Amino acid sequence: MTDAHTAGPFIAAIDQGTTSSRCIVFDTDGRIVAVDQKEHEQIFPKPGWVEHDAAEIWTNVRQVVDGAVEKAGITAADVKAIGITNQRETTLLWDKATGEPVHNAIVWQDTRTDALCRELGRNVGKDRFRRETGLPLASYFAGPKIRWLLDNVDGLRERAEAGEILFGTMDSWVIWNLTGGPDGGVHVTDVTNASRTMLMNLHTLEWDPKILNSMGVPAAVLPEIRSSAEVYGEAKSGVLAGVPVASALGDQQAALFGQTCFEEGEAKSTYGTGTFLLMNTAGTPVNSYHGLVTTVGYRIGDQAPVYALEGSIAITGALVQWMRDQMGLINSAAEIETLASSVEDNGGAYFVPAFSGLFAPYWRDDARGVIAGLTRYVTKAHIARAVLEATAWQTREITDAMRKDSGTELASLKVDGGMTSNNLLMQTLADVLDAPVVRPLVAETTCLGAAYAAGLAVGYWPDTDALRANWRRAAEWTPRMDAADRQREYKNWLKAVERTMGWLENDEQEH
Amino acid sequence: MARTIQSLERAAAMLRLLAGGERRLGLSEVAAALGLAKGTAHGILRTLQQEGFVEQDAASGRYQLGAEMLRLGQSYLDVNELRARALVWTDDLARSSGESVHLGVLHQSGVLIVHHVFRPDDSRQVLEVGAMQPLHSTALGKVLAAYDPVAHAEAVEGGREAFTDRTVTKAEEFEAVLDLTRARGWASDIEETWAGVASVAAPIHNRRRMPVGAVGVTGAVERVCDGAGLRSRLVAAVRDCARAVSRDLGAGRF
Repeated sequence: MTDAHTAGPFIAAIDQGTTSSRCIVFDTDGRIVAVDQKEHEQIFPKPGWVEHDAAEIWTNVRQVVDGAVEKAGITAADVKAIGITNQRETTLLWDKATGEPVHNAIVWQDTRTDALCRELGRNVGKDRFRRETGLPLASYFAGPKIRWLLDNVDGLRERAEAGEILFGTMDSWVIWNLTGGPDGGVHVTDVTNASRTMLMNLHTLEWDPKILNSMGVPAAVLPEIRSSAEVYGEAKSGVLAGVPVASALGDQQAALFGQTCFEEGEAKSTYGTGTFLLMNTAGTPVNSYHGLVTTVGYRIGDQAPVYALEGSIAITGALVQWMRDQMGLINSAAEIETLASSVEDNGGAYFVPAFSGLFAPYWRDDARGVIAGLTRYVTKAHIARAVLEATAWQTREITDAMRKDSGTELASLKVDGGMTSNNLLMQTLADVLDAPVVRPLVAETTCLGAAYAAGLAVGYWPDTDALRANWRRAAEWTPRMDAADRQREYKNWLKAVERTMGWLENDEQEH
Repeated sequence: MARTIQSLERAAAMLRLLAGGERRLGLSEVAAALGLAKGTAHGILRTLQQEGFVEQDAASGRYQLGAEMLRLGQSYLDVNELRARALVWTDDLARSSGESVHLGVLHQSGVLIVHHVFRPDDSRQVLEVGAMQPLHSTALGKVLAAYDPVAHAEAVEGGREAFTDRTVTKAEEFEAVLDLTRARGWASDIEETWAGVASVAAPIHNRRRMPVGAVGVTGAVERVCDGAGLRSRLVAAVRDCARAVSRDLGAGRF
């Protein structure tokens, strides 16, 4: 823009994501000053396996930090702190002395630990560690991935037990390297990332010795668990040498922070390929009986931790991509709205995209996708409408589960992510939730959350009230749907969901 | 039959030749296939290349169909695509201007609002996506009428209702406003549609320099105007935003 940005100082946020690493420089108003981004390779050694080259990631992180600082036309002296946010659960083990990864990082999407997770469940099943960790035994989480590496890389377990090996999620890897690597690097993680390992006790916020023992993970490899907003160390080299590294948050928690959901009951939903909905439950780790996950939302310095309930939807934006790439019914993702807007309603059609089973709140592996209610009247435009409604109803199922688990009514939903440009979807969401849907002015809530936490740690912002004052409403959609219509449509949706279940027979392998 | 133009026939034959499967052809192959001298073939290929209908591979020097061929088949810009492309830029405009931002396209005989960013204060505002605004009196409408011949015809033939005593309704005066809009690249509306409200807008162009929409800020006249009219800082911010969206749509720098 033409008008001058407020003069410095600034905060730099690093977002080490699943497909790319980015660095964004923010000013005190939370406005973006400069961005740099670089994608890294997705490695697929076998079906279901996904890996990243951690050395490539660290190189890219350094480059995007240099790039963003250069584009902003500033120096280390203008930057008060560096904040980190990262793809969650992606697991790396590296050599403490050389800084060399012992294996590619195993990405959160990787399903190689499916069988191991079933085995770890023993006679109890997938909720064996839920009381302590808030998580079901599932292949996403880091603990079983560490175990797989220790079991499958030659000699690794011995070296790990001898204290030669370090474990980290991507926050730890970036911080360790930023603060010197083999030359005095700080080996830490934050409570939000640690809460996705299945190794941390949610109540004590310490590594749980019993679970470490059951999982076969030696304590020697683990980083120290710290808060999400405190100075972990200083950058040792690069353009930002000398700047404090002062925050770490898993990406979804960072978005919760960036959306300034600081009060109990405040929730955000990020609409991308899939969708992640997090609700602040304040000082209580609320146990979920409705298929949600309990996680740490954030912890600022030595203040009490703030917990969150999390619900994830596997297929939201991905369904629109499927309509574009597999069905060829639209040329671009944005066109789904044009097609859907050409009709008044769904024409009786409902689309449940249980492509790889049903996630929260059902957790049914045996479900597969269904388009229900078809008649000769139904056109591709009705299907397009059903596609958008699927995202809205799946969100409704998560918010219903959150209400049941937490007893808190959702006052409004703060949204971010690519699909928020879809006006019809946002209106539909407000209609089916019967609550206002609000889009903030800064779309980059994930990076902003990391910047906010780092800024708080160094006193760049005085408190969370100051961050709230920065939050700006860019758009708000209010419910317009008749209550009786909403009830009827929800009932139809639930009927369609029922028809997805039990598609796979017991002995059938997943296809 | 009317006399035909030989070089156009040859150019059409070349395009058909290059469209025959996923292939790249060298100059001598093209010339031989069409029975042309190399120099003649080269001249036609170079012209097609300038127009974007043919591309030359930098490494091998071979020719293939250009991206412009594909674009000809799909020239219509989806308004929801326009909104998706404009989102970050319009957010930035709202933040830097402190006023609300609207993105409009021609629809029937008015301006259809396809995107609206709230004024970034904490006041209650209502989303205006889907609303219609008049062509002849709003800044968005004047921009569309100045740059898009279809919008121009609609505005000239329409009633041009006087919403306030500042609304320009006479044909000659209206044309003069459009001339001024084209000359300076932006349009304004100072209490011509709503009392107490002023706005400024600039055109968004696609990759073929066709006007596809307009973007503008709107606010209380006391805030957005100074003694000399629209604040120049706002005009510059709106034009920057329009240029950024146009660039995202593939328009060259201008």
